[in-house]
Amino acid sequence: MRKWTRREFIRVSGTAAGAAALAAGSGVFAGAGAADAKHVPGLDPGTDGDVVPSFCEICFWKCGIQVHVKKGRATKIQPLGSHPLSNGMLCPRGLGGTGMLYDPDRLRTPLVRTGGRGGQKFREATWDEAIDRVAAAMKKIKDTHGAEALALFYHGTGSGFFKKLMKAYGTPNMAAPSYAQCRGPRDEAWVLTYGHTVGSPEPVDMAAADCIVLLGPPLGETMHHTAVQEFAGAVSRGADIITVDPRFSIAAGKSRHWLPIRPGTDIALLLAWIHVILEEGLYDSKFIEEHAGGLDLLRKAVEDHTPAWAYPITGIRPEQIVATARVIGQRRPRSVIHPGRHVTWYGDDTQRLRAVAILNALLGNYGRRGGLFVPSKPELQGPKWPKPAGPPAGVNDSFAFAGEGVTTSIVDATLTGKPYDIRGWFVYGTNLPISFPNPYRLEKAIQKLDLLVAVDTMPMEITGWADVVLPECTYLERYDDLYACAWKKPFVALRQPVVEPLYDSKPGWWIARQLAKKLGLGRYLPVDDMQEYLREKARLSGLDFDVLAKRGFQLVPGPPAFVEDGLSPVFDTPSKKIELYSETLEAAGLDPVPRYTPHPQAPPGMLRLLFGRVPVHTFGRTTNAPILSEIMAENQVWVHNAVARKHGLKRGQMVRLVNQDGKRSDPIKLRATEAIRRDCCYMPHGFGHGDKRLRRAYGRGASDSALITRFEVDPLMGGTGMNVNFVSIEAVEA
Amino acid sequence: MRYAMVIDTVRCVGCNACVVACKTENDTPEGFARDWLRYVVTGTFPDLSREIYSERCNHCDNPPSVHNCPTGASQIVEGGLVVVDRSKCTGCKACVASCPYNARYVHPDGHVDKCTFCIHRVRKGLDPACVESCPTEAMTFGDVDDPDSEVSRLIRSRKVHVNNPASGCDPQVYYLT
Repeated sequence: MRKWTRREFIRVSGTAAGAAALAAGSGVFAGAGAADAKHVPGLDPGTDGDVVPSFCEICFWKCGIQVHVKKGRATKIQPLGSHPLSNGMLCPRGLGGTGMLYDPDRLRTPLVRTGGRGGQKFREATWDEAIDRVAAAMKKIKDTHGAEALALFYHGTGSGFFKKLMKAYGTPNMAAPSYAQCRGPRDEAWVLTYGHTVGSPEPVDMAAADCIVLLGPPLGETMHHTAVQEFAGAVSRGADIITVDPRFSIAAGKSRHWLPIRPGTDIALLLAWIHVILEEGLYDSKFIEEHAGGLDLLRKAVEDHTPAWAYPITGIRPEQIVATARVIGQRRPRSVIHPGRHVTWYGDDTQRLRAVAILNALLGNYGRRGGLFVPSKPELQGPKWPKPAGPPAGVNDSFAFAGEGVTTSIVDATLTGKPYDIRGWFVYGTNLPISFPNPYRLEKAIQKLDLLVAVDTMPMEITGWADVVLPECTYLERYDDLYACAWKKPFVALRQPVVEPLYDSKPGWWIARQLAKKLGLGRYLPVDDMQEYLREKARLSGLDFDVLAKRGFQLVPGPPAFVEDGLSPVFDTPSKKIELYSETLEAAGLDPVPRYTPHPQAPPGMLRLLFGRVPVHTFGRTTNAPILSEIMAENQVWVHNAVARKHGLKRGQMVRLVNQDGKRSDPIKLRATEAIRRDCCYMPHGFGHGDKRLRRAYGRGASDSALITRFEVDPLMGGTGMNVNFVSIEAVEA
Repeated sequence: MRYAMVIDTVRCVGCNACVVACKTENDTPEGFARDWLRYVVTGTFPDLSREIYSERCNHCDNPPSVHNCPTGASQIVEGGLVVVDRSKCTGCKACVASCPYNARYVHPDGHVDKCTFCIHRVRKGLDPACVESCPTEAMTFGDVDDPDSEVSRLIRSRKVHVNNPASGCDPQVYYLT
């Protein structure tokens, strides 16, 4: 074979003849470049393997994945093609899921505490011993204080079996931080207005919207995957995007209108928008007449809430309020205000989300393309199991409009003994010290407990406080219950193991089953072979397990989700109509139409602390994971350039934040920027882990949770508004 | 045939899915990545704009990294793809120093590593891993010599630029604005 000089090679390599002449020992190439492919060693990383479909658990969106397995090792995760929710794409977290599977810091065996609680001294235990201990302690609590003295905190797909266990045990006290610390207010606002919750994934048809208003969910940083797909499409189409955020978020950068609102004043802006839309007749009068009640009372309530009224409150100029209100109104019905997800900000959040619900209603976007569609969830039929007796009243019954358990009510009851004592916590898949406001108060409650059990895959902070730690295997090593998803095309998805569980970790369903048996409650959870159970459940639900296992999901025919396809709206409210004016709230002595109440602003020298998401991490769960932690290992605090200058601080230097109660953060890098208001600072959530067993995340960045000592409780449903803390900044001496 | 990538900065939200997809597809070592994000915020509050670039090797038509490689490890193969033959690479870093886009790094195994446009996938008729996964469908891969390809049509129909055109390297990653 002739030797080519480099120059010649470059010249000819673009032609088929030249490259083919160089081909040596090439493999079988099927693609476009097959004819002229040249073999160069090392170009194929060899990460392809056998493919197993499943669904993701890195966050709550539950996208379709296909996992490559080679020699018993999961090599990579790719998007599952034609998946009805994720459409053959995947977000960075889902793509990096193998990092959680192979995180060397994973919990490996059951652990039993040996030192004082929180001292993080443990010894390894067998599953037999661990289950015996937990069951004995649960029995003791039930015998001494009643079953209701045990509470379950939960998060994630695997929690279903633990909820069944708790029901059989007899406690009503089950709560997820995803409710009172996250989406609860918007779901209750929707119940009060439309008669049903928003649900997850949020049914917002951004794919066809001409106007999208984001009050909160900074899509692009918040990776609600399908929402981000549709949002990007809307941006590309030239839809009118209006983003209300004190910070120049990624979404704000994509928006035609960015309204950098003064924090805590969103209700005033919403009321002014409603005022303009009513005043100028931009609402859908036919839809409102047919489907809504209370228009006149609403009109009266917002009579004085002019843009000029809202200006000094919000800092948004009247002409901007009018211009955006007109865009919102004129684009209807393909105009939608996103209900948001993490909406626990100021304690009047359900009322703020009521204003969002009312504004959406005025646009007549209910069930419409480009608006809020109404998906149905496939109904699953499980094998008939005995039903446990109804439990006694839960500790959060004081919140009249709480549709789910309130985590902080359980903490309150634990601390105060009112309305009754809580003596044991069972924690599944949620890291309470990071997800709750005021971790110091949480610690006090924990120290009062007779029992704290934590089930997790990682040595998260909560496991450090536990008496017994039960190591669960990750979502790539286990079956979970079938997932029925309400989306444009409803479907059912299967989570299935891709590799054998590592170490001595076990699936959640198995752990719940062992406890049920040990507690004499086995008949309520009669599953020893999960695949058999799922096969039977699929069969009873009209599905085929083998199809699910092969394809990962099955579409299920459902009623139309759009009016354009034949949906007739039905509202399960007391009036059977959309309630613009809520007599239910009026009867409870609460505002029937949302009202703006001023919130304290930052005192001189201090900034309001805001927190949020980054696209490569989910809460604090992934900040220790290989791959994702490489992309972002620590957080930074965003502070306006002028504020930094005033404090003599330089971009990139390390600072500490000190809150109004003297709590001092770990050192965090200063991100001095133009991209935020001067009265607040912002930090991504989930960093600054304090458990040394999290070797990658420990001491990297600072924790917002450690600074959130104050919170405002939503009187309707117990949500905890957490954007009510103020911090000052101090330099860290090098 | 001339492979190129077209990236729509209007759609891109800078989420890093491309970076993670590449890391796992190509099994890059911890601490190294073949692609990365660059964010540029300009203006003063509240009159701001942000540009986001997903960046990688530009597979230049006139690549100094190939010209300056003393062993012939850096080379051009079909479709103009610039690749490194790790069996010939001594890790001398001449290419690393001559690449104006900072797209190369020395792999802990001693050879230089960089984006290959996932040539192993392209040869099977697949898109590069970053293109396939992108949640915003911001990335398109194809043959700019084919006037009917999507990349050609995007380049014709939209405002397009390349990074650092003054490099003289004729880069083949195009950005739509």
